[in-house]
Amino acid sequence: MNYFENRQIVTPGELLAEGDYIAGNNTYRIGNKIYASRLGLVEYQGKTVQVIALNSVYIPSPGDQVIGRIEDVNVNGWVVDINSPYKALLRVVDAINKPFKQQKDDLTSFLDVGDLILAKVIAFDRTMDPLLTIREPGLGKITQGQIVKVSPAKIPRIIGRRASMINLLKRETECKITVGQNGIILVSGPTPEHEKLAILAIEKIAQEAHTSGLTDRIAEMIRREKG
Amino acid sequence: MSGKVKLINENGLRIDGRRPNELRPIKIEVGVLSNADGSAYIEQGKSKTLAAVYGPRELHPRHLALSDRAILRCRYHMATFSVEERKPPAPTRREIELSKVIREALEPAVFLEKFPRTSIDIFIEVLQADGGTRCIGTTAAALALADAGIPMRDLVAACAVGKVDGVLVLDLNDIEDKEGEADMPVAYMPSLGQISLLQMNGTLTYEEFNQALNLALEGCKQIYKLQKEALKAKYVAIKEEVETCLQS
Repeated sequence: MNYFENRQIVTPGELLAEGDYIAGNNTYRIGNKIYASRLGLVEYQGKTVQVIALNSVYIPSPGDQVIGRIEDVNVNGWVVDINSPYKALLRVVDAINKPFKQQKDDLTSFLDVGDLILAKVIAFDRTMDPLLTIREPGLGKITQGQIVKVSPAKIPRIIGRRASMINLLKRETECKITVGQNGIILVSGPTPEHEKLAILAIEKIAQEAHTSGLTDRIAEMIRREKG
Repeated sequence: MSGKVKLINENGLRIDGRRPNELRPIKIEVGVLSNADGSAYIEQGKSKTLAAVYGPRELHPRHLALSDRAILRCRYHMATFSVEERKPPAPTRREIELSKVIREALEPAVFLEKFPRTSIDIFIEVLQADGGTRCIGTTAAALALADAGIPMRDLVAACAVGKVDGVLVLDLNDIEDKEGEADMPVAYMPSLGQISLLQMNGTLTYEEFNQALNLALEGCKQIYKLQKEALKAKYVAIKEEVETCLQS
């Protein structure tokens, strides 16, 4: 038995379903009752009940593309802030293609404190801090563009179903938009005005993430702003 | 002691005009602080309290970290101007104890095991004190935790009962607390039906205790309803705004 309709807002502890159901994301089960564990929108899909969180921290997951800031330089790598409760490590072997000599090479000549990087998470579990790599095409130091920060919970909304939203943004604002799963987005466009428009749209999406018909409204907003 | 002040009048009403089983008027706002991960503000009668949550975040000092779960840290603090006579800002014995009590009332509600090696920090600031601040602090902190997107088993709602002039009353204010015969704060997780805090000051008979507990749980359920409304209000407002924009 369902106690709510799809996409209604639920709070932690609210009884979502009773009976033969599977507890999905952000829910938990006691006996045959399924409760919400986060503030969010409830979704019933067949026998699965899940809650789409409205706010959350970023928990790294292998394969995620993230944007981080170098926080410290060690002898064998860098410590990276990835907007998560856990500090990420970027080892030299995951950053530089050529052999590395500790005595000779200066790590700060590759990446220094304060540099922004686009990276991929290669490993993370409960016992270990996340490991990053930038040895893949397209990854590495960020040299241009502007950064927007949103709640990591809003990222799926910014990408949209089959990337519909992000493609709309790219097309309409003529900007290159790189989305980090950790809630940090890089926008780089032909002029600062283009970037400003894209950032405005992203902030609007984050603000209204829990409403429906958002893609159309964003398209309209961009067209209006462009005049 | 209760001879000095008359706390219940001849109509059976209390000093502030409430019936014995009536809560003070409550106003709740969620997400009031932009720099905190989650926050809540509650006004309950003349008591006003702000709660902020930061985290889960990296824990400093590192050696306090637990490898299997997050640690919950809580600071209950009263502003210097919260009481009639200026209160020195340093934490008193009472505030340190209440910090611990509130932390332990919230701990069973939070899925700490989801964030090993981190800390979740709660700051409760009492801006104006008129009794029941530990309960209001707990209620506000639970809302701030939910607002921060921290997974929880249930919200925690808290409320006090007491006995003044021989009558069991709900949600004591400062005078009733000081002049009354008993005071019993209760924190409750209504969906789970679990009590996470129960303290008692003064004396109640066995029968009175059972009655008082039931009264407190009823009070907690009312507060729980307001908590849920306040949490949803933040997002429902945006939704309605969007819908009215669409219609016009």
